[in-house]
Amino acid sequence: MSLDQDQIKHIARLARIELSPGETGPTLDKLNGVFALIEQMQAVDTTGVEPMSHPQDVSQRLRQDAVSETDRHEAFQRIAPQTEAGLYLVPRVIE
Amino acid sequence: MLNASLKELASALDARQISSVELTTLFLDRIETLNPVLNAFITVDRDGALSAASAADARRAAGKAGPLTGIPLAHKDVFCTEGLLTSCGSKMLSNFTSPYDAHVVSLLKAAGTVMLGKTNMDEFAMGSSNENSFYGPARNPWNTGHVPGGSSGGSAVAVAARMSPIATGTDTGGSVRQPAAFCGVTGIKPTYGTVSRFGMIAYASSLDQGGAIGRSAEDCALLLSAMTGFDARDSTSLERPADDLATGLDTPLKGLRIGLPREFFGPGMADEVRTAVEAALAEYRRLGATTVDISLPNAKLAIPAYYVIAPAEASSNLSRFDGVRYGHRAAEYTDLADMYSKSRAQGFGAEVKRRILAGTYVLSHGYYDAYYLQAQKLRRLIAEDFSRAFEHCDVIAGPTAPTTAYAIGEKSDDPVQMYLGDIYTVAVNLAGLPAISLPAGAAAGALPVGLQLIGNYFNEARLLGAAHQLQTATDWHLRQPGGAE
Repeated sequence: MSLDQDQIKHIARLARIELSPGETGPTLDKLNGVFALIEQMQAVDTTGVEPMSHPQDVSQRLRQDAVSETDRHEAFQRIAPQTEAGLYLVPRVIE
Repeated sequence: MLNASLKELASALDARQISSVELTTLFLDRIETLNPVLNAFITVDRDGALSAASAADARRAAGKAGPLTGIPLAHKDVFCTEGLLTSCGSKMLSNFTSPYDAHVVSLLKAAGTVMLGKTNMDEFAMGSSNENSFYGPARNPWNTGHVPGGSSGGSAVAVAARMSPIATGTDTGGSVRQPAAFCGVTGIKPTYGTVSRFGMIAYASSLDQGGAIGRSAEDCALLLSAMTGFDARDSTSLERPADDLATGLDTPLKGLRIGLPREFFGPGMADEVRTAVEAALAEYRRLGATTVDISLPNAKLAIPAYYVIAPAEASSNLSRFDGVRYGHRAAEYTDLADMYSKSRAQGFGAEVKRRILAGTYVLSHGYYDAYYLQAQKLRRLIAEDFSRAFEHCDVIAGPTAPTTAYAIGEKSDDPVQMYLGDIYTVAVNLAGLPAISLPAGAAAGALPVGLQLIGNYFNEARLLGAAHQLQTATDWHLRQPGGAE
């Protein structure tokens, strides 16, 4: 598998990472090197093998539906780039 | 005191030969002297450390001291520390003062430890050399022109250069064990699920696990025991009784069956690594252990599987860094999407971007089955290899890394070469097993070599015991680096 310029731009858009024109080429070369390494996986027949998503075969715990945390929004918002009246501010989305 | 074991430090504190404030000052002064060269610490918290030390002294005077009370330590900068910069080695979080403590940090605070500061690391724990840090690479104290390994490079350097007696680390694909090997110290990654990931900035959640770095297995046992335990705030934390890891240290080696996977002793291992590992294995045989040949036939697939699974999880985990709630936000942008893209482009370094992009690709429509699902199937085959091997042996031994520490800049422009250095460590994370790296018998004056011991699930005590027995019989772990003095 090997990516081309258009694919890398598409992926960068999906990942919300702006790639400068100068970055695209080197990023593409290095990623294609990594994908060549990954390609070794395709030589293995894994028919019938159950995928393993996690080392421990455990299910999610449930807990009582009760308040367990105190309200610390001031501490959390103090480190935000921009807030107002307890809200996080971002550029206007709807005109 | 700088070279004392934790037990010796605790005895000295108990006997009032030294106070925690004096001990802490000793280490802070050493950090001040060595850090300009070694760059092991991103943040040094002198005031916080001295006030914690003073509280520890008061606690001891009140007769309430535990085994770690008053002992200085360093935390990898991946662990959130309330009120202190928690950068994760990234520009993205270079303005992030955490509003809360990681569970590991809380536990170690409650034990009375004294945090000296936060250690350098590869950005978001992605790297094997520490060269991916926004704060510049930490340097190997055995030869400052060489890398210390990564991603927990700063923690390994801090312990090796005696800037801290012990340090925490995290290990997603070898990030505790490989820097421990490169710096000539001992490092253990426990079974997945035993150390809480709450407040430990996520890279690849099904692989990430906190671990301990110390000068000896005995010190690691004390630190890891204090870090381990169920935490309801980590959904993968295991509810099981705590093991006292110090109890297994004195178990004799007689009867221990050490499995040697033929895949770990093939071509690709540097001669000096092979010689040192063979010397350690010979010592084990002399001490009464036996070695048996085993096979991990799918081990060679661990690197490709890891470099699909870890980036896939990273691309999801790191989507939280968007410049909205914390972290870096670009100064100029046109709209919301542009703010995300520019903030992330400016905040992340090249390797982190590559892994996010690789992860985004393997999870994208049309490629999921061929890459992500295939990697998860290989993960099962790799884990099954280990469980078959443990029918024939108690622990598995081999090198931690194929080479000793390489020169800074030698591999930094070639991700594939860098990834191949993880050949002996990543399979352990895919399976979720515990493993330890300890100094093997490297030639005098040479760079350190790590011997890796891998155990079955929850066999940390056995690993630490096997390591401690070797360290009781040899002095390889006591050798001192001279590179930074």
